[in-house]
Amino acid sequence: MSTTTDTPTRVSHPSYSEAFQQGVREEMTTNPDIFILGTDLVERGGHFAQVKGIAQEFGESRVKDSPISEAAMVAAGLGAAMYGLHPIIDLNFIDFSFGAMDEIINQAAKIRFMFGQPVPLVIRATSGVALGGAHHTNALEAFFASTPGLSLAIPSCANDVKGLIKTALRVPDPVIFLMHKKLSGVRSEITTGHQPIPFGKANSVRPGKDAAIITWSYTLFTALKAADELAKEGIEVEVIDLRTLWPLDEDAVDAAIKKYGRVVIADEAPKFGSLTAEIAASATERCNSDLKGPIVRVGGVRAPISANPRHSDAAIPTVAGMIEAVHKVMKY
Amino acid sequence: MAYTDLQSLLREMLVIREFEETADKLTLRGKVPGGMHNSSGQEAVAVGVMSALAADDVIATTHRSHHHTLAKGFTPNEIMAELFTKATGVSKGRGASMHLGDFKRGHFGGNGIVGAGVGIAMGAAMGIHQRGDKNVSVGFVGDGGLNTGRTWESLNMAVIYKLPFILVVDNNQYAVETFVGRVTGGNDPAKRASGFGLPSFNIDGNDVLEVQKYTAEARERAVAGEGPTFINALTYRYNGHNVGERGQYRTQEEIADWREHKDPIDRFTAYLLSTGDMSQADLDSMKASVHAEIEAAVAFAESSPEPDLSTLTDGVDSGLLGAK
Ligand SMILES: Cc1ncc(C[n+]2csc(CCOP(=O)(O)OP(=O)(O)O)c2C)c(N)n1
Ligand SMILES: [Mg+2]
Repeated sequence: MSTTTDTPTRVSHPSYSEAFQQGVREEMTTNPDIFILGTDLVERGGHFAQVKGIAQEFGESRVKDSPISEAAMVAAGLGAAMYGLHPIIDLNFIDFSFGAMDEIINQAAKIRFMFGQPVPLVIRATSGVALGGAHHTNALEAFFASTPGLSLAIPSCANDVKGLIKTALRVPDPVIFLMHKKLSGVRSEITTGHQPIPFGKANSVRPGKDAAIITWSYTLFTALKAADELAKEGIEVEVIDLRTLWPLDEDAVDAAIKKYGRVVIADEAPKFGSLTAEIAASATERCNSDLKGPIVRVGGVRAPISANPRHSDAAIPTVAGMIEAVHKVMKY
Repeated sequence: MAYTDLQSLLREMLVIREFEETADKLTLRGKVPGGMHNSSGQEAVAVGVMSALAADDVIATTHRSHHHTLAKGFTPNEIMAELFTKATGVSKGRGASMHLGDFKRGHFGGNGIVGAGVGIAMGAAMGIHQRGDKNVSVGFVGDGGLNTGRTWESLNMAVIYKLPFILVVDNNQYAVETFVGRVTGGNDPAKRASGFGLPSFNIDGNDVLEVQKYTAEARERAVAGEGPTFINALTYRYNGHNVGERGQYRTQEEIADWREHKDPIDRFTAYLLSTGDMSQADLDSMKASVHAEIEAAVAFAESSPEPDLSTLTDGVDSGLLGAK
């Protein structure tokens, strides 16, 4: 970009939410079949400003305000997708998907297998642990990722939001697209421009020498803080962001195991039943001989999330907990 | 809260208004984790309904429930402390604004899920019915909750089993920033409900005595075994959906019109002064005592302890099945 004045241009990076707008806008421009349905989208631009301005730009036929009718919202997207459109159903918080679970799991996920009909459908929602109490902090990643027929993107930064939503809008499959509450306003650089980012490709966010932490979404930032602290002790930890949980980049997991033999997998979902278990178990089956000791998992407590901030923070992985896990694998 | 006379209805509405306006400011100052849903303007719905109920009647409500909870007889202290997520809060600091409740006192919870309170209250009504008890259960929902299937599935069940159930729509006309008329086919809730085969009414939710009367009649029918009633109480929310939100979805003139001409507290105050049921001196001392009560609630919340971190995973299940 050039500027005619001598003053340097201050490039302000988009926020995580704005990156979603960018990606969706670009795809809507080239694909007239894309439309968005959800609550409070037209005026407000969504609860997290994730579609702000899009109704004004593309018109209300392509951005529709919905009643609070989750089952019908997903049904509308599902039927329209099978008819050939490419809807984005915005469920606001992923917790509200429970009211549409039949449409998601019994219908959207199975149609292609049963009838050979594509279901180009994106279900976007905000997820993750933050303030808001027990009904707004459910972790559904393991459920969606383990459902055959669904794919799951869970980006950690603006660039990945943009690139992954572009891919999601180009494939004829149902994609669950989860954006973490605590990342909504975080600004970061778009490094891949207008390029879609493929699913199933992890991103190494910090290089290492001694061990790896494999994680995704908000927990990535906890891992990076832990890695900073560990570096002060001379332990260099690679931090890997999986970015999508299905498809899952097993090659990246295996490569980390082969390189270090010491691996931590972390996520904020309650540890029992978290995807960390699936990733660790299947990687161990594949590469047991490359491990110097068991993969250590870091996860959330087995309890609903309290509205009290100290309690909700303590319910998910902490920097201290992450450091402790790395210390454990370093003892092997 | 014992609703002994007309003045007690006004006093409770004043408690709610002062509680909400105070809590709103404290939320903006960061005292209320996660924000809160202010019910200012909707006092008559809460007080009208609760004043027609018996102490052992059940309610289940929504994400906007401070007014229902206070009117049900909970103290400002325990609600303010809950908003602060303190250990002395009614939900031990785990719930904040959205999850107030105490089952022993017939409050089956606020809710983070739109429409969920309707089903819970309907289920409680089924419990009452099974036991042959002589109380009733009231489910609250917002206008936004008129468009979720669970509301109607539950209402239908209440009808076919003749449950002692009252569905009250606390209809403040907006769901977040969406006007009810834009997303509600027909936009006549009572007409929609009447298709389910039960007495259904659109009423003035800013007239506390009207709300009380319709609720009392619904309660009588329910206790007599005649089944449920649907009440759509039209009201207005003065503040944003969540604290601090403003938005462009409604005009300042519209808000001012409701505040200045249709306010439930102003209307009832004028009524009581005109009938002689209350003197100006009564009103002044009432306001002073309400103010003191809310100030004390803030002090109580401020000075209360946080829930202990050792309780983080307490009470997830009974433990009787052997989980450690
Ligand atoms: C099942 C479900 N969908 C969406 C939401 C998000 N949400 C919370 S409150 C709200 C608006 C509710 O409007 P209304 O029922 O009129 O109640 P009010 O806020 O006006 O009291 C929405 C959409 C939710 N909490 N639960
Ligand atoms: Mg409403």
